[in-house]
Amino acid sequence: MKYKNLTKVLISLTLFLFISASQAEQLLMARTNQGFPEAMLKLQETLSEFKYSLSRVQRIDIGLTASGYQTDKYRIVFFGTEKEIAHLSKKYPHLLPYIPWKIAIFAEQQDTLLVSANPMQLSDKKYPDADKYLVKWKKDIEQIFQILRESE
Amino acid sequence: MTLSLKYHILLGTVFLLASASLHAKPNGEQLYSTHCSACHGANGDGGVGVPLSLPDFQYGVTNDYLTKTIRLGRPGRIMPAFTNLSNKEVKAIVKHIRSWAPGKPFKYSNKKINGNVKHGKEIYAKSCAACHGATGQGGKGTGVTFSRPRDLPVIAPALNNPGFLASAPDLMIKTALMNGREGTPMLSFLKQGLSEKDIDDVVSYVRSFEKNSAVKKIKEKHIPYLSYESPNSMEETIANVKKAAIGKNFRIIREQYLNEGLVKEGKENKKQMMVYFCNFDFLNRALAIDPRVGLFLPCRLTITEENGKVTVSSINPLFMSGFFNNEELDKLCQEMHQVYTDMIEESTF
Ligand code: HEC
Ligand code: HEC
Repeated sequence: MKYKNLTKVLISLTLFLFISASQAEQLLMARTNQGFPEAMLKLQETLSEFKYSLSRVQRIDIGLTASGYQTDKYRIVFFGTEKEIAHLSKKYPHLLPYIPWKIAIFAEQQDTLLVSANPMQLSDKKYPDADKYLVKWKKDIEQIFQILRESE
Repeated sequence: MTLSLKYHILLGTVFLLASASLHAKPNGEQLYSTHCSACHGANGDGGVGVPLSLPDFQYGVTNDYLTKTIRLGRPGRIMPAFTNLSNKEVKAIVKHIRSWAPGKPFKYSNKKINGNVKHGKEIYAKSCAACHGATGQGGKGTGVTFSRPRDLPVIAPALNNPGFLASAPDLMIKTALMNGREGTPMLSFLKQGLSEKDIDDVVSYVRSFEKNSAVKKIKEKHIPYLSYESPNSMEETIANVKKAAIGKNFRIIREQYLNEGLVKEGKENKKQMMVYFCNFDFLNRALAIDPRVGLFLPCRLTITEENGKVTVSSINPLFMSGFFNNEELDKLCQEMHQVYTDMIEESTF
């Protein structure tokens, strides 16, 4: 009898932990009080410190000023590593359209904001082997964002 | 193994897991910087989100309101629900927010205000709807992002939002109307000529939004990507993709190999190609709704050939829209989903 209650408690406790672990943030975001050019430079430096290469920097600003924005400071930074991309693009169709991974970076007044999707959102029970990459990307982006938050 | 030993081990594991997340002493400033500052500003002066540091706001809301707002978020209005923070962490964040204003915040009872809803509705239509929307849905777009000139420097929050209604007692809503929020477009309605009785009536009308604010349909689960096999060669398929994009009023802005820039020039995998395209009208509409939509941009289809099989694939905008908690964006993602589906179908015909 006593154990039945305990089981209940344990189940709900585990469930609670499970839920709180699975409700990871969907977007990773950071604000740095660096201006846009400095933040952009810092992001590129930090990505390469984390051994990522830049695949491309896409401007999203054409037309921005034309439609009332006072800034043209908006870029999409695509990045990855040769090995990871070669491996993932062949093995995991659900990741293919998402790579190279990207970070959006744009000015907000004097600050700069960075946004990336949380890679863990693409974790799929069908492809458990992909998780180690997604976990790594998430951890790396979190650390990179923390470095940007702290740099002024 | 005896039953009780089993339980001890289980209990031990569970507590270990639990203590890892509960025992470290939370640092409110750090937590705010990680979870909130991107939207509300490093010192609470607002941005994508509304300002949190203004005195009228600080004195006008309770810690309970802040706590519930953090927990429940504002479904469909960008502000996320932080369900995975511990109680201690939420408390630490609230304490940090309070450090911006000296003095004690108001305390409210949960006393219900029994105003005249019908009269409140008339006042609302005249005095509130222009900013807060005809049905309390809030202003369009986000806050002062991009230094974009806007009709309002601070976005009018949604008043019909289940997260707001569950967090704000009647007396808090009343205080916002009596005092206004200096430094924002929200002015004191006492000073604008409403009587306290009128204000009670509007409060009761705002409360009546609760009837229609039941949490919206449970989010459907969407697959992360769209993909079709093409019966044609890689080259033909790429040509078809570009034709389909132009047919939908997109400009092709770039074609590149998937691993271009990551490998030495000339070593790219020629069997993995990406075509980027863009439509400025669409882009500007999207950016006005939510500056974070860069994550969808520019539009892209990926064309690959593997063992003679040619495939065209894209992200699924409906899947991604689930990340943003922005109802306005959801509609745009429906549109984008249709465009992608049509294009992939056309180019793999
Ligand atoms: C000129 C635009 C404007 C008008 C008109 C206006 N509001 Fe507001 N209201 C705002 C803004 C902007 C805010 C956010 C202020 C802030 O960030 O603290 C706000 C905040 C509020 C709040 C606090 C909500 C929250 O989430 O903190 C309430 C309640 C409210 N308004 C109700 C009303 C009602 C009821 C009326 C009509 C009697 C009204 N407002 C008229 C712009 C307006
Ligand atoms: C992704 C952007 C975003 C993040 C992250 C975010 N918020 Fe918000 N928050 C908003 C927006 C947008 C609103 C206004 C909602 C509306 O318009 O109805 C808001 C509203 C609020 C309000 C109600 C303000 C009022 O005037 O009544 C509080 C309090 C708040 N947020 C606190 C926080 C805290 C604390 C955190 C971090 C734990 C946080 N927010 C994280 C975007 C965000």
